Amino acid sequence: MRLGGSRHSRRPRLAVELACGGLVAALAGVAAAFSGDIPLAERRSGYEMMSRASRAMQDDDTANPAMLWLLDGEATWNLPAGEARRACADCHGSATTSMKGVAARYPAFDGARGRPVDIEERINLCRTERQQAAPLPFESRDLLALTVYVARQSRGMPIQSDERLRPVIEMGRAIYGRRQGQLNLSCAQCHDDNWDKRLAGNVVTQGHPTGYPIYRLEWQSVGSLQRRLRNCFIGIRAEPYDYGAPEHVALEAFLMWRARGMAVESPAVRP
Amino acid sequence: MSRALVKVPGTARRGEVIEIRTLVSHVMETGFRVSNTGALIPRDIITGFECRYNGEQVFRADLYPAIAANPFIVFHTVATESGTLTFTWTGDNGYALTQSVTIRVA
Repeated sequence: MRLGGSRHSRRPRLAVELACGGLVAALAGVAAAFSGDIPLAERRSGYEMMSRASRAMQDDDTANPAMLWLLDGEATWNLPAGEARRACADCHGSATTSMKGVAARYPAFDGARGRPVDIEERINLCRTERQQAAPLPFESRDLLALTVYVARQSRGMPIQSDERLRPVIEMGRAIYGRRQGQLNLSCAQCHDDNWDKRLAGNVVTQGHPTGYPIYRLEWQSVGSLQRRLRNCFIGIRAEPYDYGAPEHVALEAFLMWRARGMAVESPAVRP
Repeated sequence: MSRALVKVPGTARRGEVIEIRTLVSHVMETGFRVSNTGALIPRDIITGFECRYNGEQVFRADLYPAIAANPFIVFHTVATESGTLTFTWTGDNGYALTQSVTIRVA
């Protein structure tokens, strides 16, 4: 485990173990279980932890409801919009070639703005600047559909992370390791330390954002990574960050860095 | 904008049992939920689904509020002759969607 790091505040637990006169062997076991970052080779997509039925839904494009959003996204891609009367396709051409691998490297560093933007914000920047159209609201069907369509073009490609994102990734890491909310839990306490266990009936995953936007059975709909993050914040009784907040982008950047090299599954199905 | 995805084998042998998979986008609002302000959200569901094979009904289903959003219906039929399979979904608020797929039977 990392010593002296500010990440996981596990001291109280260890202190209890000591107070109870826990054996050295037991402590060694605790140390092994709390190993900080998950070793690269032990990382597992949430897909591998799903039921066979859910995996079958994701494996078959005619059973994956996110494909309905994909059809909408494809239509929007080719539809002229805004005062410029320009469609995405007028600049980018066919998404199957121009958008290949794009979603695998977002959030990406935007040199002009000097900060990272995630894929939803990139789409909206294109809308406001190039199409001169109103930005699409977060979690609106149109924005999700376009994101699904763009992300689909990176399916199977390895997730990449840009070194220029380093400060933002560190900011995301700090949020990830910070205890928050009434339950006083950090992301790491579930997704690094206890990903092989269950939380009530649900599998605790490692929290790799490999398949966003996802079709979540609980939502009966497609949703973004930020919606999923807000879910977790509400779960630990913390106040969720607003959609588009820099903290969200930092978390996204950190999670993508954490999942670097893993294959994009977008649009995935999750329970 | 409502969408449907239908998967039918393009070709089949005469007498072969073929699998048909259909997926349609619909919120399937049950009519039992309330909004943030406490008002009842009116029911909005697909109530009926039908498949016709060259005009003859080969499959029909009634749908109810307990069915999840974006209903996924899979069924089988016997490939009898080349022609068209027509799928129709109907529902609340005048909802109607039709999609056709051709099949070649050798």
